[in-house]
Amino acid sequence: MSDAVWEILKKVSDPEIPVLTVVDMGVVRKIEQEAETLVVSITPTYSGCPAMDEIESNIRWALEENGYTSVEVKLILSPPWTTDWMTDEGKAKLQEYGIAPPEGSSADKSVLFGEAKKVMCPRCKSRNTKLVSQFGSTACKALYKCDECQEPFDYFKCL
Amino acid sequence: MKEQLLEYTLRLGDNALILGQRLGEWCGHGPILEQDIALSNMALDQLGQARMLMQYAAEQKGGDYTEDKMAFFRDVTEYHNCLLVELENGDWGRTMARQFLFDTYNYYFYTALLSSADERLKEVAHKAIKEVAYHAQWSAEWIIRLGDGTEESHRRIQESMDDLWEWTGELFTMDDVDKLMIEAGIGVDLSRVKEQWDQKVDQILELATLKRPSDDWFQSGGKQGEHSEYLGFVLAEMQHLPRMHPEAEW
Ligand SMILES: [Zn+2]
Repeated sequence: MSDAVWEILKKVSDPEIPVLTVVDMGVVRKIEQEAETLVVSITPTYSGCPAMDEIESNIRWALEENGYTSVEVKLILSPPWTTDWMTDEGKAKLQEYGIAPPEGSSADKSVLFGEAKKVMCPRCKSRNTKLVSQFGSTACKALYKCDECQEPFDYFKCL
Repeated sequence: MKEQLLEYTLRLGDNALILGQRLGEWCGHGPILEQDIALSNMALDQLGQARMLMQYAAEQKGGDYTEDKMAFFRDVTEYHNCLLVELENGDWGRTMARQFLFDTYNYYFYTALLSSADERLKEVAHKAIKEVAYHAQWSAEWIIRLGDGTEESHRRIQESMDDLWEWTGELFTMDDVDKLMIEAGIGVDLSRVKEQWDQKVDQILELATLKRPSDDWFQSGGKQGEHSEYLGFVLAEMQHLPRMHPEAEW
C-alpha cells in the first residue's frame, strides 16, 4: 500500500520549482497507516518557506483524488531537512531546468566567512562562475553569474 | 518552571518576529535588487523561525491559543524581544550594523541551543542554525565592505556602530529566567556566547577598519517587557489588520 502512495506523491510537484516533485525534494519523510487515517509526514526545507502550506494541501488533494479519504499531513522538524535528501533524479531535473543543483554535502563549512564555491553553470557547464548574492529568487537559492556565457543563474544552495 | 519556559520561548520567538518585521520594511526599498531580495529572504527566515516558536508557545499556553494569537494579540509589555531588534532601520548601514551585531549573537546562541534538554527548542535550533549561518556571513561581509569602503561609508557605519552599541549589553545579561533555564539544561549560558561574540565582532571590526565602541552603559528591559518607544509602532503596523478583522482568512 505504501508503494502506491509513493507513486501518487511522485506526481505532486513543488509549487516553487514545478519540475521537481515533493519526492525529488526529499520533503516526504514517512508514510504510515494509523487506524483509518493515512499519515504523511513532511519536513520544511527553509523554516520560512511559503510553499509549505501549499505542498501540504497539494499532497492531501492528490491522495483524496486517489480515494484516500482520511489523510493527515503532519509537519515534522526533526531531523531537519538538508539538501542531501534531494534525490539524484531531482538534481538532474534541476540542472536541466536551468538551476544549478546543490553540490557537496550540506555540512558546508565555507558558509561562515569563507570563500564562495565555484558552481557549475547549468547552461554552458563552465565553472568560471561567481556568486552575486547568497540570497536569490527564493529562500533556497543563491544568485550566480557565469563569466563564460555571461548568463546569470540560480544555484540551489546547500542547507 | 512552566512559566519560565514559556517566557524563554517567547523571548526567542519575539526576537525572530520583530526582526523579521523590521527587515520586511526594506522590501521594495533596498539599494539594488539583489540586496533587496537578500533582506526579504532573511526576513522570511526570521518569520519562519518565529512561527515554529510561536506554535510552541501557543501549545504551552494551551486553550484556544494559536501562533497567530500569540503574534497579533499581545501588547507591547507582553513582548519579550531584546531592544536591539525593535530599533528603527535607519539607513542601509545602520540596518547592516544592527543585523551584524544580532546575527553574530544569534549564531552562537543557536549553536549552544543545539544541545538543549528541551526537545522542541533543540529541533528549532537545528533548523534555524543553518539559516542563521548564512545571515551572519552576509551581514559581516557588509560591515567589512562599508567600513573598509569610502570615507563616507566608513564614517557612517562607524556612527551606526557607536549608536547601536549600548543596545547590545542586554543580549548577554542573565536574569532569573535565564538562570533557571540554564540549571534545567534547557537554556544557554550567555557568558560563553559573549566570549565568542566578542571574538568574532573584534575580528570583523578589525577587517573593516572600524573601532570597537566602549562598553560604558547599556540599555536593558526588553526581555522583561519594558520596551523603547519604537515597538508600539512596529506592533501597530503588524497587528492592525488582524485586530480590525479578527475572523478574516486569506
Ligand atoms: Zn555559462
